[in-house]
Amino acid sequence: MSSQARHSANAASLPIQGIHTISLFVRDEPGVLVRVALVFSRRGYNIESMVVSPAAQSGFSRMTMTCSGDSSILEQMIKQLEKLVDVVHAIDHTHDDAYETEIALIKIKCDGSQRPEVLQIAEHFGAKVVDYGSQSVMIRVYGSSEKLDAMQALLSQFEVAEVVRSGKILMARGVETT
Amino acid sequence: MTEERVPTGGEKLVQCLEREGVEYIFGLSGGAAMPIFDALVDSPIKLILTRHEQGAVHMADGYARSTGRPGVALVTSGPGATNAVTGLLTANMDSVPIIVITGQCVTSMLGKDGFQEADVTGITYAVVKHSYMARSAEDIPRITREAFHISTTGRPGPVLLDIPKDLSQGPCHAPFEDEVNLPGYTVPGHGDPEDIEAAAALLSESKRPILLTGHGVVISGAGKAVINLAERMSAPIVTTLLGKGGVDETHPLHLGMLGMHGTAYANMAIDHADLIMSIGSRWDDRITGKLDEFCLGAKKIHVDIDKAEFNKMVVPDVCIAGDARLVTEDLFPLIETNERAEWIETVSKWRQKYPLKYSKQGGLKAQWVLDRLNAITEGQAIITTDVGQHQMWAAQFCRVRGNRNWLSSGGAGTMGYGFPAAIGAAFARPGESVWAVVGDGGFQMTLSELATAAIHKLPVKCLIINNNYLGMVRQWQELFFDNRLSGVDLEGNPDFVKLAQAYGILGLRIKRAADVDRILERAHAYNEGPCVVVAEVSKGDNVFPMIPSGSPISSMIIEKPKEKLEKPTGST
Repeated sequence: MSSQARHSANAASLPIQGIHTISLFVRDEPGVLVRVALVFSRRGYNIESMVVSPAAQSGFSRMTMTCSGDSSILEQMIKQLEKLVDVVHAIDHTHDDAYETEIALIKIKCDGSQRPEVLQIAEHFGAKVVDYGSQSVMIRVYGSSEKLDAMQALLSQFEVAEVVRSGKILMARGVETT
Repeated sequence: MTEERVPTGGEKLVQCLEREGVEYIFGLSGGAAMPIFDALVDSPIKLILTRHEQGAVHMADGYARSTGRPGVALVTSGPGATNAVTGLLTANMDSVPIIVITGQCVTSMLGKDGFQEADVTGITYAVVKHSYMARSAEDIPRITREAFHISTTGRPGPVLLDIPKDLSQGPCHAPFEDEVNLPGYTVPGHGDPEDIEAAAALLSESKRPILLTGHGVVISGAGKAVINLAERMSAPIVTTLLGKGGVDETHPLHLGMLGMHGTAYANMAIDHADLIMSIGSRWDDRITGKLDEFCLGAKKIHVDIDKAEFNKMVVPDVCIAGDARLVTEDLFPLIETNERAEWIETVSKWRQKYPLKYSKQGGLKAQWVLDRLNAITEGQAIITTDVGQHQMWAAQFCRVRGNRNWLSSGGAGTMGYGFPAAIGAAFARPGESVWAVVGDGGFQMTLSELATAAIHKLPVKCLIINNNYLGMVRQWQELFFDNRLSGVDLEGNPDFVKLAQAYGILGLRIKRAADVDRILERAHAYNEGPCVVVAEVSKGDNVFPMIPSGSPISSMIIEKPKEKLEKPTGST
């Protein structure tokens, strides 16, 4: 980039909204979740999903979050996250080659006449029926978030009573750090 | 043989503070903090009782800014703690190392709306560098050590310690901690050599370089290194409000403060520079004006200890993460001597052509009072300010010579800061001349600390620039809102001389220009206790130069405009 072009980046350029996947390695301390969330809310980011779980080392946790907001400030926001005392590292995996997965539980209200098609859709997506009642079925499916979206869209022709999704988790492939 | 008594959590906390070298605690007591106050009775640490918690935190801040050592404030739970929040914001915005200890209700009552309970860690997340609530008395030595480490290293900042009363009252067996284990916290030192070489190449190529010095220069003590570099490469120096004093402002290459109310020549110099090296400044909006027109023709180097400041406002050509002094020193041997005679000549012409000026007609001028204060104190006093017109005039006319001699609330713009900060500085640096330059508006927010100054017979001087207005807002209303004054007239101000006398404090009044030297000299020489000097200045004066917020530097107004101005688009 020419220096002139770089400097035009001083401008409060029009925000490009994007979905980002960020993974955080944090100390398991009281308040760490609030501190992280405040960085997002202050910069106008919306957290779409967030998974918090214990890390392999005791005393540390993993956070995987998908969020949407102005892409041009993402780099700076990551640095603000890293600046938090309890955050060991923060990595943007949006464009990385990482393995991603998510789980959804979907409850469909359906009688006997609709059930064969519901089960057919479930089978197609490799989903498993985990609860089978006279008026409803509960389906568990896992895979990429896009796959879950697609299945949810197909099931929307039925009466979807409840959907609970875990939120995306991911891990960098090979020896890369998550 | 007597068995050693197990200390209480409060006693252990106070012992930890002693080990950290704490001399003074500024505080106001209350129920939830009583075990800690009790422990202070037997401690060599001196407790300075303030009249309001905001005053306590600003005193700790003034102590810290004037020495570089952490200041400590101790307040109680609930309203005691919420009164401290403004002080936390002030210190957080300006990177000041303070430790604020808040009492908390007993752990069994947490979250149950106990008497004087406030979720203080929750309330303060956004205004601290870090915070702790003790979960067990055994945590106290560790979190205290971590708090001081975090507060004073890297980019300094306030750290809050919230201590429930049952923990400060109960036994603490834990040993003292010397080491800290903070895997998520690293402190940059020397910059990356490749970045430093890249910066050196830009500096060498530059025809019109300028050094922009911020608070980082003050904090790291980089003043001498900056002067060495500036002299070798013949680069003028400009300072931010908070950088004042970091480099001796009477140095021939120093152009004073830049920005919204900076000197015209400082702003012209940065606007015409082909290279700006910011050392420990965060390109605040008071400096850049309209960001997308800020110095587009200039290359930029950004030296900052906080990586999160890079690319936040401007997008520099080279960023160097490190300590301002170390980076500047490391750059020095890579730079060749260059006289840049043409550039220096151009800048000195601006300095001659556009000096700071003001009308001497029509009553007592604040500018004249501050100009004379600077002369009488020979630029050697510690000066604190409040926020508003007097602050900008003081920044323009007080050419600060010593590091840590200029204490002003920049980022937060906290009215009420100046006077208590001066008290903190007077405790920290006994024997030195300390002047609080305040406005009549801000002073009334923390004037109850007159009692604190009086009781300790502190020789702190409080110079009130009294125009009976919230003057900066009035200035904006005059310039941008058709002079429709709204909420700025401070009718009902007390007689500040009588007010001082009511506290047993010497009160002096300046009414005419002819009184200025005599009264300032009298106050300067008076060391038996505090002294209040009220300068009854003309009401309607405005601060110029001025770059309306959200405008480019080139739209600087040097004197009062004849035609009406557009409303500014920038924030305040």
